[in-house]
Amino acid sequence: MSSKSKPLFSSSLGKKLIMSLTGLFLCMFLLIHLIGNLQLFNNDAGYAFNKYAVFMTTFPPIKVVSYLLYASVIIHAIYALVLTLKNKSARPVGYNQSAGSANSKWNSRNMGILGTVLLVFIATHMSNFWWKYHNDQVPYIEYKTDLKTGQQLEVRELTANEFTVYSVQVENGIETVQARDLYKQVDFAFQSLPLVALYVIAMAALAFHLIHGFQSAFQTVGFNHKRYIGCIRTIGVWLFGVIIPVLFALMPLYFFFKG
Amino acid sequence: MNLTLKVWRQKNDKSTGQFVTIQAKDIADDMSFLEMLDIVNDDLTRKGEDPIYFDHDCREGICGMCSLVINGRAHGPNQGTTTCQLHMRSFHDGQTIVIEPWRAAAFPVLKDLAVDRTAFDRIQHAGGYVNINTGGVPDANTIAIPKVIADEAFESATCIGCGACVAACKNASAMLFVSAKVSQFALLPQGQTERYERAQAMVDQMDAEGFGNCTNTGACEAECPVGIKLTNIARLNREYLSAKVLSQRDIHA
Repeated sequence: MSSKSKPLFSSSLGKKLIMSLTGLFLCMFLLIHLIGNLQLFNNDAGYAFNKYAVFMTTFPPIKVVSYLLYASVIIHAIYALVLTLKNKSARPVGYNQSAGSANSKWNSRNMGILGTVLLVFIATHMSNFWWKYHNDQVPYIEYKTDLKTGQQLEVRELTANEFTVYSVQVENGIETVQARDLYKQVDFAFQSLPLVALYVIAMAALAFHLIHGFQSAFQTVGFNHKRYIGCIRTIGVWLFGVIIPVLFALMPLYFFFKG
Repeated sequence: MNLTLKVWRQKNDKSTGQFVTIQAKDIADDMSFLEMLDIVNDDLTRKGEDPIYFDHDCREGICGMCSLVINGRAHGPNQGTTTCQLHMRSFHDGQTIVIEPWRAAAFPVLKDLAVDRTAFDRIQHAGGYVNINTGGVPDANTIAIPKVIADEAFESATCIGCGACVAACKNASAMLFVSAKVSQFALLPQGQTERYERAQAMVDQMDAEGFGNCTNTGACEAECPVGIKLTNIARLNREYLSAKVLSQRDIHA
């Protein structure tokens, strides 16, 4: 037996380890992203959501994690492509008859297609919200809140001239917040039926991608303990395959039907 | 019963093959699939044609020589059987049966339905063995092994190396085979000496042979004639990654 072996990341298992770890990191992100975005359902003209958006784009540890996140999306996609090309070349002559459904599930065989739908979705999603927010292409808003009663006294749209920078001022127990109105941008974007349809389709793709992907990531790192694997599969199917995609899909639908 | 066979015919490893339609007449229900091909070949030989070339040996499901993708399924439509254990009662009169060889870059077609599976042998040569002094037969139970471990190692060792896992996998991945071979030694005390080098050497050879990457679809497990489980693949991942990441053992030079 040779004691010299190939480096980890040039082997098939090393590349799959990268897929697995970036995938699990993206799953973690989804959970955090969902919890934050649930504030869209607040009936407060976007007060909580817009403050949250400022926190997420300025708090330094979150910024570091966000760069890791962009890297993960890109690495996950590139390695998927590399591995898929290798897999195609491993069978240059295909079968005349293939009975894939007899021995495996559809989503496990079509992770690449589902992933491509998600990549298109991520590009659209980021250009609609991330890009616009970071490049000052969203409206501005001012909230006046009575801190004693917690009552929202006044909500006023600001013009570009009136707004300079995100600010929170308290005067006589009245809080005045000036912020970029990402909430309004979300509301505006989700009046478009094609965009809402894309989001719902993408969340269906996400569900099927993660029903296979989440438990598959654990198999790839060799985690297969009899006692815990059932729990992992349940989390994969119910949390990442049902709850998270359904709640995300409800957001565009909520704004579309709210009008 | 009478059947229409669409069989892949290919002169040798250099030529490009094609499907040829052959009629199989007067086939009995209780014949095995290979016996049916024997009858067809008898007929072809009498007519002075080249018989269909296919791999077979023991014809009782233990040698791993027979192969064939039958109507898109490795070893035919039944679970847990090799092609020699598949009987014609699984088909019906007048059915068209498409018979193809294993398809993988690492398993080139030699002739008709036979493929070159020496890639598996080379993976075994890379690490599928133990270095021990053999000598006489040791006494039973000189090395105590818990029953569950012995059973699990035995389950892994039942792999007959037929290659159905590669044939069924959409990526032509050999992970189920390699994982079974690594597992049977990793579980037993006799396999500990080379445990981590084995996992690395066999994975390296598997990659070098041009097999695809495992995407955990589970097709291999579903088509395996002897029931090798996906837990073996998780164990191989564990063995390999712990060797690489946690405790790489090299001879220090």
